[in-house]
Amino acid sequence: MSERKIRILVAKPGLDGHDRGAKVVARALRDAGMEVIYTGLRQTPEQIVRAAVQEDVQFIGLSCLSGAHNHLFPKVTQLLKENDAEDIIVFGGGVIPSDDIPFLKDNGIKEIFGPGTSTDRIITFINSLCNE
Amino acid sequence: MNNIEKFTEEIKNCNRRYIAKAITLIENQDKEATELINNLYQYCGNTKIIGITGPPGAGKSTLVGELVKHIRSLGKTCGLVLVDPSSPFTGGAILGDRIRMPELTNDDGVFIRSMGTRGSLGGLTKATRDTVKILDASGYDYVIIETVGIGQAETDIVQTADAVVVVSVPGLGDHIQTLKAGIMEIADLFVVNKADKDGASKTVRELKLMIEMSNYEVSERPPVLPIVSLSGEGIPELFSKIEDFITRNIENGNFEKRRKEQLMFEIQDILQYKMQQFIKSNIKESEYRDNVDKIYNHESTPYLVSDKLLSILLNKGE
Repeated sequence: MSERKIRILVAKPGLDGHDRGAKVVARALRDAGMEVIYTGLRQTPEQIVRAAVQEDVQFIGLSCLSGAHNHLFPKVTQLLKENDAEDIIVFGGGVIPSDDIPFLKDNGIKEIFGPGTSTDRIITFINSLCNE
Repeated sequence: MNNIEKFTEEIKNCNRRYIAKAITLIENQDKEATELINNLYQYCGNTKIIGITGPPGAGKSTLVGELVKHIRSLGKTCGLVLVDPSSPFTGGAILGDRIRMPELTNDDGVFIRSMGTRGSLGGLTKATRDTVKILDASGYDYVIIETVGIGQAETDIVQTADAVVVVSVPGLGDHIQTLKAGIMEIADLFVVNKADKDGASKTVRELKLMIEMSNYEVSERPPVLPIVSLSGEGIPELFSKIEDFITRNIENGNFEKRRKEQLMFEIQDILQYKMQQFIKSNIKESEYRDNVDKIYNHESTPYLVSDKLLSILLNKGE
């Protein structure tokens, strides 16, 4: 009878106002049958983590186009740890140079999806982690 | 300490991680959720429940955000259940009510949970009710339920509240008519949001006229309050009217009467839910199919088949 549904927080940390990408991903995940909590623009890492805990999501998707990802993304994973919520998987997207990806992965970001990624790839990524 | 006891302890201490996990158990209709509710129920009953409903785009979320800010300024805490629609086709949902209240996320006196309707008949009402219980046991002074725009199910959810606010806006025109027929009857308070827009005073007047034509006692007529949620104008008045309403009901016994009626509905709901599950697990799809063929060939009727299946069920229930 128990029916698990995948819940994901899609958030935009930092100060850029470009959320088309985040909305496209949110929409695609919705169409894949997931529950997507969209928190809107200009969220601090604290707000993102607190919302993720209250919403009990399994994933956080971060979108950042301002170039501040190396600062903001690791802050999110660090705060998750401090809140005993490091089981929440974090992935990211946006304008992120490939040189930065190893650093982000070392800091607990599970995957980075750059421009041009098909939404199917993100869905497959999420589903495969859920079935583990 | 077993899992349920641990959950009970942590929820009583208002541990957010556990509150959130408990709500997930409820949403997923997990067996443990029922055990948890049974264990927690003795700690419930101290919170006041406010329901907010109205058509899409009326400004419900913005209003809720401002209302919570006001409640916080009075030193009280608040739990929020925000419901958005799930797709009937994919089951997915975009839950976007939090966007209207970002500053509340960092407030320790506020717990916000978004919920999808998940398309199950009656299931959402059950999930909402049980979520309110969790927030109640966690010690929140108020719980606010914000529903999706329209429909019968939404009126059910709001009926779990001690006070129901129906949000309207100017310029809905003919939609006012649907308001009259539907959620009109469950409102304890009316709000005309976006009162700085043209036609707001007309909407207030129309609502007041409608109330006067209904069967309310003069002293129990729901107030109609113009409000501008974006600027917070009228919010303190709204809250004091809600408080007045609840206090008056506590004093004249209506509060208890209302909650007891709600409990009766709740028991009936749970029974119906359990019956559905019982039917689902005891009648195989093949049994329907075999009978459908007979009915199609006019060798039997839908009523005769239902009676036959019912007697099978009754035998199994014994």
